[in-house]
Amino acid sequence: MASINPVAGPSAPEQFVLLHKKDNILVCVRPAMAGGTIVLDGNDYLLKQDVALGHKVARYPLATGDKVLRYGISIGSMTAPVEPGEHIHSHNLKSDYIPAHGRDAVRIREIRS
Amino acid sequence: MNAAQKFSGYLRPDGRLGIRNNVLVIYLVECAHHVARAIVTKADEASVQLVGFPGCYPNGYAFRMMKQLATHPNVGGALIVSLGCEGFDRDGLAEAIGESGRPVETLVIQQAGGTKSTIAEGLDAIARIKAEAGKAPRADMTVSDLVVGTICGGSDGTSGITANPAVGRCFDRLITENATCIFEETGELIGCEQVMAERAVTPELGLEIEAAVAKAERYYSTLGYGSFAPGNADGGLTTQEEKSLGAYSKSGDSPISGLIKPGDIPPGPGLYLMDVVPDGEVRFGFPNISDNAEVVELIASGCHLILFTTGRGSVVGSAISPVIKICANPETYARLSEDMDVDAGAILTGKATLDDVGEEIFDQVCRVAVGQQSLSEELGHQEFILTYKSFEASGPACLPSAAPEGAPA
Repeated sequence: MASINPVAGPSAPEQFVLLHKKDNILVCVRPAMAGGTIVLDGNDYLLKQDVALGHKVARYPLATGDKVLRYGISIGSMTAPVEPGEHIHSHNLKSDYIPAHGRDAVRIREIRS
Repeated sequence: MNAAQKFSGYLRPDGRLGIRNNVLVIYLVECAHHVARAIVTKADEASVQLVGFPGCYPNGYAFRMMKQLATHPNVGGALIVSLGCEGFDRDGLAEAIGESGRPVETLVIQQAGGTKSTIAEGLDAIARIKAEAGKAPRADMTVSDLVVGTICGGSDGTSGITANPAVGRCFDRLITENATCIFEETGELIGCEQVMAERAVTPELGLEIEAAVAKAERYYSTLGYGSFAPGNADGGLTTQEEKSLGAYSKSGDSPISGLIKPGDIPPGPGLYLMDVVPDGEVRFGFPNISDNAEVVELIASGCHLILFTTGRGSVVGSAISPVIKICANPETYARLSEDMDVDAGAILTGKATLDDVGEEIFDQVCRVAVGQQSLSEELGHQEFILTYKSFEASGPACLPSAAPEGAPA
C-alpha cells in the first residue's frame, strides 16, 4: 500500500529532514542562516541563503528539467540548476500541472491584458 | 476515554446520533440575512446558529446541501427566514425538515410586517423550536458512531510533515474503531491520483478517483488558478502537487472505501474521499471560494466534527459541527496558541512523535464528542458559506460496498 508518511521526529536536532529515501530535497525544520553549513551525505556545504521553516534545499546537484522528489513523489520540475544546499522554491521549481500564483497575480494580469 | 466507552448522543428519527443539539436560523437569500442574524444575536445562545444561502436564483446543489445540513444529526430544529420573492424552494425545505421529525417554522419578511416584526416573531419561534428540540431522545453512542472529516487551511511546508500525517494516524485509529472518516478537495490532491487509486478497495473505484482528480485539474486550469494561496508559498510550498502530497497525508494508510460528493452520506464505516469539484462545464466560479465552503460540504455529508490542520494559522470554526484545530508549525503555535487545540509542531521541536500527536488528536475527538467545547467553539466561531455548484449523481463504482448483491459492476 502506498504511503507517504514522513520519518521526522521524535527528537530531530538537525535543521533539515529527509522525508523519503528517494528524495532529492530536504525540508527545513529549524530556521537556518546563510553562512551556516549543511551536511549532506557526509559532505559539508555552505548555506548561501537563509532558509525558513518549511522551506526546501537541494540534497544533490540538480539540473534544469530534473524532477524534484518529496515523499518520494514528484512535486514538479527544476527551471534552473542548483548546487547541494541551495534553496529550492518558485524561482527554480515549477509545477507539472498548474502554475502557482502570488499576491500580485491580478496586477500582473491587468498589465498583460 | 477509551474507544469502547459509551457517551450520550441525540437520537434522530433516521437513526443517526448527534453530539450537539443546535437550532439553525436559515436565511434563504442575502436580503433576509440581516433579519436572520438579528434573531440569532438576540437569542444569544451558542446553540442557536446562523446559516444561509445568499443567491436569489434557485440551485439544486444548494437546496440539497441545506436539506442535509438542516437534518444533520447535530441539529435539533430550524427556523427558516425568507424575504418572500427569492428562488429558493422554501416550502420544499420546510417539508423536508418537518418530515425528518424536527420542529421547523418559516417566517416570510414580506408577510410578517418587515424587519422589526419578523425579528420579534423569530425570537418567539426560536423559544418554541428550542423547547421542542430539547425533548430529543438521548441514546448511547460510541466512537464507532462518529463521522469525522478533515481539511487543511493555510498550509505551509510543515503541514505535510507534522499535522497532516498526525491526522492520518488519528484517521487510521478511528477506522480501526469502525468510525467513518472523510477527506476531500480533489483539487488539492492533484499529483496524488495514482498513489490514491492504489488504495481504492476495487480497481473500478481507483479509476473513478483518477477521473475525479483529472476533472479537478481541468476545472482549475480553466479558472487559471490552482488551489494554492500566496501564503502557501511564503511557508515554503512551491507547487500544487507539493501542497497536494502534504494534504494527502491527512488520509492515513487505510483503504479508500468510496468516492462521495457533497451531501452524500457514506453507506458504512471506513475512509471516503469527497469529490468537491462540480461536474460538467465550468460554471459559477471556483469550486470552493474558501475553507469554510469545504467544511460545510463535509458537514452536509454527516460529519459530527472536523479536524482542521493549519500551518500559517487559520482561526475558523463552523456552524453545526465543532472544529478541532491542529497547528502544524511550532512558530505559528507560539503566536496563535489561543486558537489551537493541538500543537503538532511539537514533532519538529522534539517534544512528541507523530504517533503521540495522532493519539492526542484521537483523545480530542473523544472529548469533543462527549461534549467538551473545542477552542473555536468556545471562541464563538460559527463560520458558514454556501455557494452555487452543480453535480451529477455518482456512478455505482464510486461506492462498492453500497452496490446491491449481484449487481453488474
